[in-house]
Amino acid sequence: MSVVGMLVTGVGGQGIILASDIIGEAAMSAGYDVKKTDTLGMAQRGGSVVSHVRIGEKVRSPLISEGQVDVLLAFEKLEAARWANFLHDGSTVIINEHAQPPLAVNLGYEKYPGDDEIKALLNQRTPKVYYVDGNGQARRAGDVRALNSYMLGCASSFLPLETSVWKDTIAARVPARFKQINMTAFEAGKKDIADVSR
Amino acid sequence: MEVGLGASYAGVRVLVSMKQVGLNVAMDPFMAASTTGINGGMVVISADDPGSHSSQNEQDNRHYGKLAKVPILEPSDSQDAYEIMAYAFEISEKFDTPVIVRTTTRISHSKSVVYLKDGPFPPSRPAAFKHDMGKYVMLPVNARIRRPLIEDRLAKLTEYAETSPLNRVEMGDKVLGIVTSGIAYEYAREVFPQASFLRLGITHPLPEALVRDFAGKVDRMIVVEELDPFIQEGIMAMGLEVTGKEFIPRMGELDPDTVAAAARKAGLLPEVKPPPRVDLAKLPKRPPLLCPGCPHTGMLYVLSSVGQRLRLPGARGKEAREPKLVITGDIGCYTLGAYPPLNATDTSACMGASIGQALGMAKAGIGRDRVVAVIGDSTFLHSGIAPLVNAVYNQGDITVIILDNGTTAMTGHQEHPGTGVSAQGKPAGSVKLEDLVRGIGVKNVKVLDAFGLKELRAALKESLETPELSVLIVRGDCVTRVRKRSTPSVIDQEKCNQCGACLLLGCSAIQSDNGKITIDPVLCVGGVCGVCRQVCPKHAIVESTSGVTA
Repeated sequence: MSVVGMLVTGVGGQGIILASDIIGEAAMSAGYDVKKTDTLGMAQRGGSVVSHVRIGEKVRSPLISEGQVDVLLAFEKLEAARWANFLHDGSTVIINEHAQPPLAVNLGYEKYPGDDEIKALLNQRTPKVYYVDGNGQARRAGDVRALNSYMLGCASSFLPLETSVWKDTIAARVPARFKQINMTAFEAGKKDIADVSR
Repeated sequence: MEVGLGASYAGVRVLVSMKQVGLNVAMDPFMAASTTGINGGMVVISADDPGSHSSQNEQDNRHYGKLAKVPILEPSDSQDAYEIMAYAFEISEKFDTPVIVRTTTRISHSKSVVYLKDGPFPPSRPAAFKHDMGKYVMLPVNARIRRPLIEDRLAKLTEYAETSPLNRVEMGDKVLGIVTSGIAYEYAREVFPQASFLRLGITHPLPEALVRDFAGKVDRMIVVEELDPFIQEGIMAMGLEVTGKEFIPRMGELDPDTVAAAARKAGLLPEVKPPPRVDLAKLPKRPPLLCPGCPHTGMLYVLSSVGQRLRLPGARGKEAREPKLVITGDIGCYTLGAYPPLNATDTSACMGASIGQALGMAKAGIGRDRVVAVIGDSTFLHSGIAPLVNAVYNQGDITVIILDNGTTAMTGHQEHPGTGVSAQGKPAGSVKLEDLVRGIGVKNVKVLDAFGLKELRAALKESLETPELSVLIVRGDCVTRVRKRSTPSVIDQEKCNQCGACLLLGCSAIQSDNGKITIDPVLCVGGVCGVCRQVCPKHAIVESTSGVTA
């Protein structure tokens, strides 16, 4: 298998790093080589956050080059559009239908792009752009903080890992009392992406 | 560094870690360590930050290794970092030298699979100090005697580097030979899968015979390394023909794209036509922010309003007034207060600089009623105490604000001497800021609640008017550490006249969509902060009656 490249993006505080850690750990327990790297430091809360994850037989660079991302998993709409140049013509983009306007938008300095604009930007590279109701589905599963399990459920269809590996890895990383909520959210994500990407 | 050196002198193995700018501060004892040598193995991890992801400046700390004449090891990924540590301690003890393990951002901020190896690694000895004046007391007479030993050590290290398994030749196509180290090795392997490689795990001293031999086997030799042409200049000094920084950037972080683009420019790779770029220039930027409920927001807002720095939404483009205050800043979350809308920071240089800079401003003639230094609790304890002593001694009548959130927030909530908890999470001694500040000799000291705007404003105004050095300790828990939450605030839309005053706090929970201002109940921490409720002139921000909707 050649190396699969995945970007997980969103706003600091949404659980991006945890989600990409889980992807990396799941890939590792499935026997793959995996490297992951995050933009951290100044972006602890409220800033743009991106995690690069690469999975394969042998992975060299942890950073993914432009045009090499196979799956873009975006926890926030604007943070999906920002990474358009990393996509190729067969990439899959999964976007949580959620807007968290940056300060510059709140202050009226800049304008938040519409859903159509975001889709048009991403469509310049790939036709496979899917919106999912992550926050809503996580809330319905029991807690909005299960968003990352829901998003992982969405992403799971595009990575060569068994469902049981995903679930075991998630279970090991969330508090026991939230396990069921996260499992429900994961299943919902898996089902929703199958419906919209059909 | 001194603590590490003491432990090493006592015979125990010691690891000292810091990022590139940390070593700037620790260079004094480090130079001494090179001269005295060690007893227990001593390894210094120095993490460089190419591209300044979270640093005030970019620098290549391999120059420090060369300056101190000590060995530098560079791992290429997590597995390599794991394995290199055993070599580092072995080298340290064998050659009586501190060792630098130099990483860069992409080594330190990435995770990759690590296979554990079975020992045996010889255990550290129990602590025991053997009196040895000639080795440990660096009076000039002793330092002079030890000086030639350093040159001798460097020659022996060069010999060691020639055959060390950390320096590895991987022969491929002989047309191109690449000398590389650290993460750049991984990038180069990806960009030039066919080339021959000399992977240097030891980048100082360079293995001259090995490099010469490699140069003789390939048609063209290049160096791929992050930041300065450190290896390249070393090879050039051998009189060998080599290029690298002529086309590979010496500034910022490398990645496979950058290396490939540089290689195309140098004619090492064929030109490819990339797909047209998607134009993303219009997308709003999202710089990092202070968190909703941050205890720094209130004081920074007061500084901003008293300093006449706030500008209502829509005021963009109009000429700004010259701010009333000069606010010297420091290193921590509160540096984010430099961004609009708060605009509450004028300088940020290095840890502890704010107080000295403020003193300098005042001594230069900026009126005392205008100069304010802002520093966090952790940074103050790290390197703000000496400058405050200076301000007491030299009678600088400035205002110093210590924003005390009870942790080291920006770097991930490390404990510090004021928290009463050790780095291992155990109970520890505790330095009380107000006692310390009074003990230094500051007479005008006030401790204030971080979420009470009225008191903060009154205290700041009084300090500015008082012709003596004053310290305001603004105390409030870091919201992402303590995670206190209460019923979120909500905007009573019937009372709200959309004036936008609340938006000037720069709180990301307060959002504005087509003129309608709302509060995101998932982000808002509610009355435990309540700062927005205090700034609303219409008293339209109230406790939500519908409860937490998260």
